[in-house]
Amino acid sequence: MARRDDYGQEQQDQQRFVVRILLALVLLAAVLLLIGWRLSGLQVGAHSHFTTLSENNRLRVEPIAPSRGVIRDRNGQLLAGNRASYQLEVTVEQAGDLDELLERLHDFVELSEADVERFRRGVRQRRPFQPVLLKAGLDDTTVARIAVSRHELPGVEIEARPMRFYPLGKEFSHVVGYVGRINQQDLARVDPRAYAGSSHIGKIGIERYYEDLLHGRPGYRQVEVNAQGRVIRELSVTPPEPGTDLTLTIDADLQRAAYRSLAGREGAIVALDPNNGEVLALVSAPGFDPEMFVRGISQADFSDLQSDPSRPLFNRALTGQYPPGSTIKPLVGLAALDEGITTADRRMFARGYFQIPGHERRYRDWRREGHGWVDMSRAIAVSSDVYFYDLAHTMGIDRMVPMLGAFGIGQRVGIDATGERAGILPSRDWKRATHDQVWFPGETLITAIGQGYMLSTPMQMADFTATLAGRGQRIQPRLLQSMDNGNGELERLLPQPREPVHTAPEHWDTIHESLIEAVHARHGTAWGSIGSRPPTNYRIAGKTGTSQVFGLGQDEEYDEDELPRHLWDHALFVGYAPADDPQIAVAVLVEHGGSGGRVAAPVAREVMDAFLKGDAGMTLDVSEDE
Amino acid sequence: MISVTGREMPLGQWLLGRLRLDGVLLVLIGILLLVGLAVLFSASGESMIALERQTMRIGLGVAAMVMVAQIPVRTLRSLAPWLFVAGIALLLAVMVAGEIGKGARRWLDLGFMRFQPSEIMKLAVPMMVAWYLSTRNDRPRFRDLLVTVPLILVPVFLIMRQPDLGTAMLVGAAGFLVIFLAGLSWRWFVGLGLAAAAAIPALWLQMHDYQRQRVLTLFNPESDPLGAGYHIIQSKIAIGSGGLYGKGWLNGTQSHLDFLPERSTDFIFAVYAEEFGFIGVALLLLLYFAIVARGLWISALAQDRFARLLGGSLALTFAVYMAVNIAMVTGLLPVVGVPLPLVSYGGTSLVTLMVAFGILMSIASQKRLVNR
Repeated sequence: MARRDDYGQEQQDQQRFVVRILLALVLLAAVLLLIGWRLSGLQVGAHSHFTTLSENNRLRVEPIAPSRGVIRDRNGQLLAGNRASYQLEVTVEQAGDLDELLERLHDFVELSEADVERFRRGVRQRRPFQPVLLKAGLDDTTVARIAVSRHELPGVEIEARPMRFYPLGKEFSHVVGYVGRINQQDLARVDPRAYAGSSHIGKIGIERYYEDLLHGRPGYRQVEVNAQGRVIRELSVTPPEPGTDLTLTIDADLQRAAYRSLAGREGAIVALDPNNGEVLALVSAPGFDPEMFVRGISQADFSDLQSDPSRPLFNRALTGQYPPGSTIKPLVGLAALDEGITTADRRMFARGYFQIPGHERRYRDWRREGHGWVDMSRAIAVSSDVYFYDLAHTMGIDRMVPMLGAFGIGQRVGIDATGERAGILPSRDWKRATHDQVWFPGETLITAIGQGYMLSTPMQMADFTATLAGRGQRIQPRLLQSMDNGNGELERLLPQPREPVHTAPEHWDTIHESLIEAVHARHGTAWGSIGSRPPTNYRIAGKTGTSQVFGLGQDEEYDEDELPRHLWDHALFVGYAPADDPQIAVAVLVEHGGSGGRVAAPVAREVMDAFLKGDAGMTLDVSEDE
Repeated sequence: MISVTGREMPLGQWLLGRLRLDGVLLVLIGILLLVGLAVLFSASGESMIALERQTMRIGLGVAAMVMVAQIPVRTLRSLAPWLFVAGIALLLAVMVAGEIGKGARRWLDLGFMRFQPSEIMKLAVPMMVAWYLSTRNDRPRFRDLLVTVPLILVPVFLIMRQPDLGTAMLVGAAGFLVIFLAGLSWRWFVGLGLAAAAAIPALWLQMHDYQRQRVLTLFNPESDPLGAGYHIIQSKIAIGSGGLYGKGWLNGTQSHLDFLPERSTDFIFAVYAEEFGFIGVALLLLLYFAIVARGLWISALAQDRFARLLGGSLALTFAVYMAVNIAMVTGLLPVVGVPLPLVSYGGTSLVTLMVAFGILMSIASQKRLVNR
């Protein structure tokens, strides 16, 4: 009986269990369907969405820096090129303790605080597994020592990267310029994507002005990375487009000769070809080693350069503004002739000073005793101040300014380099606008001898000298002669004419003759330095200038021996040669050099000699024939 | 007793009978283990070392299964209370002297090996509850709940304190599944459900910060893409990018490029889904369903109440195991740290599961013996 009960109980129990199991199976099926529904949503419904995310995860596009275009002079001499430079890089993920590593590296390579600071900044900003630069420009010995000890230096890599170099160095530092590390300001003015793979960018000079051409276009490679950002393999590559190679109008040999002719003095020389506006030399002395900036200049070196009294970082040729002094007289004379104020033949007796009728003040000539009887030509040759005071007083500032403006005074030349300034062409309007004062008659007088408010850059002076040489023909000066069109052919730029200066041909003759007289006549201001020992094969037309840095009192004498050097006059000379078929127009400035005739004129003569007689002249002819 | 001799039967069947193993269950488990090894090989970055170690663990698990299959069900039944008491003692020992790993106190160092007493509870709790309920004649009543619910909750609480939310949940599920299978009235389940719902706030207060974070991250994984949400986001990317057909074995980029964390252990399902796609996933779910169904079939044919309840509970716990892991990897449940049964890398859960299958096989052979 009990057995039957047990058996019945057992059967009932089993049935109940089966019911529960079936329930559980239904529930399990429901759960599996829910999971299946979820999975189909992920794998079928949102498949493309997740595929995109997965691809974004694993794929990375890395830029490849283009190789920068090289810069050559007109004869093919390399001015800026690229060469492999060894640099020390650290992959932080593999390096272990950074402080300890840096400590050990000190035994191999000199690390400045700036290096370490830049490195630490790079470490914070890097992507995973991206090597960070520690030191650039390693020498061979250091490279070898580190290579031998690499097993002790985990994560340390020596990488060869293209680095800008300037084989001709400091003589070309201002005109060619340099590249430096890209900073925030640089990134603000360029498309950051184009520079994603680049470390350097043009900072000044040609390097900066033609940055767009020189830089090229970056390429890209698509790589597969893992979750740590380490590159697993390369999937595709778009090669970069290299930058354009540039050929400058500069003649490297002439540039070096010009720099040498300054003989360590501070100054600037600009030489132009008046026929086509090509800049043959653009010198600012002293220069500096541009490669310091490529490597990354240290704070100490930079402040040394900045506090150097000779101001090597200052581009005197383009940024420097100086009173043009007597070099402006040919322009003033031309204005007077053009305006009919005077004629070439009208003579006046030039005493040692000039007084505005009814005024006390004496405007003195640089020569105490005056120059005696002078006409226009002789006045320019002897550089009579009184003659031009008289002319200016009759003409008035308003009739003088248009001619000076036509020669480009007070306007940027528009040279294709950085840092150029406009100078000052003073006028009634200018004075009212800047000083809120009326124009005084006496200011007209000193403007006529290139003093007072008037300022001009050596570039401007060379430009107006070229205009004189071209008898009013004005061609835009430029530094770029041709660019490589990518097929190895040079694409030459055409000369760009500007608005010419119009006046009667006989006026040009008068000025031209007077400039020859200034150099080659016994009474000319450049007789002593040039005319007495003239070049055998050509004549020079030119004008000296001695521009005052500070104003002398009514009865004071200028005496170099009693003045501190920084108050000495600037020595100036502008000229062109050969006088009858001008091939070169030169402006020379020797800062605080003293007399233009004694100091600046010989410098110009050397430059012209180098160009017209020397090898430079020969090679120029060859390239012109092509 | 029944003699096998004199009957015509294939060698394989004879061997299975001798070893008291269930052929169908053995084949299904074997397929799953092989699939697991293949996925593990891919997930571990084609590591032969991982493959060898896992193969050794599988060997250990199979040995354990075969051994346990030899133990008669009534012996298991008489062992149940002792196993349970020993398990509780070990859990208390862990609380006092356990090894700490990854912020949790789960392991006990026995000198020659480390093991997790909580794993024992996955078997001991359903055995204990089944044992108790098999001493009762009828379906469970209220006073039975008074005994069985503490039997379940005490170990669950101890394991949660370690903390090990995943194991605690599985142990609890195993225990309550026994009560469910024993035929507890529906009203009680509704009541328990409501009680559980009411317990959620209390549970929240009991949770550790990282557990709360996991729950919060579940609802909005994008809120913390690099921290707590990273696992689930990368896991969904892996699964979703697998598509219908998958990227192919060894071709999963999410796993091979290290984007998927925990990819050989808790998140191995995402590797499988990325490489074999929705079709592969559907087949895997079918395989799991077949294993559970076979386990329940064996239990339905079991000869006594203890065997029935224990077998059913073990089979369904296996289902819960799988469902929770996949739901977690697909972002349906918080990341609670439950491996994918028989596939995830790691020895502890594998051996426990194989012992559970050994018990099921013991039950299966008990059935055969009595029937014949």
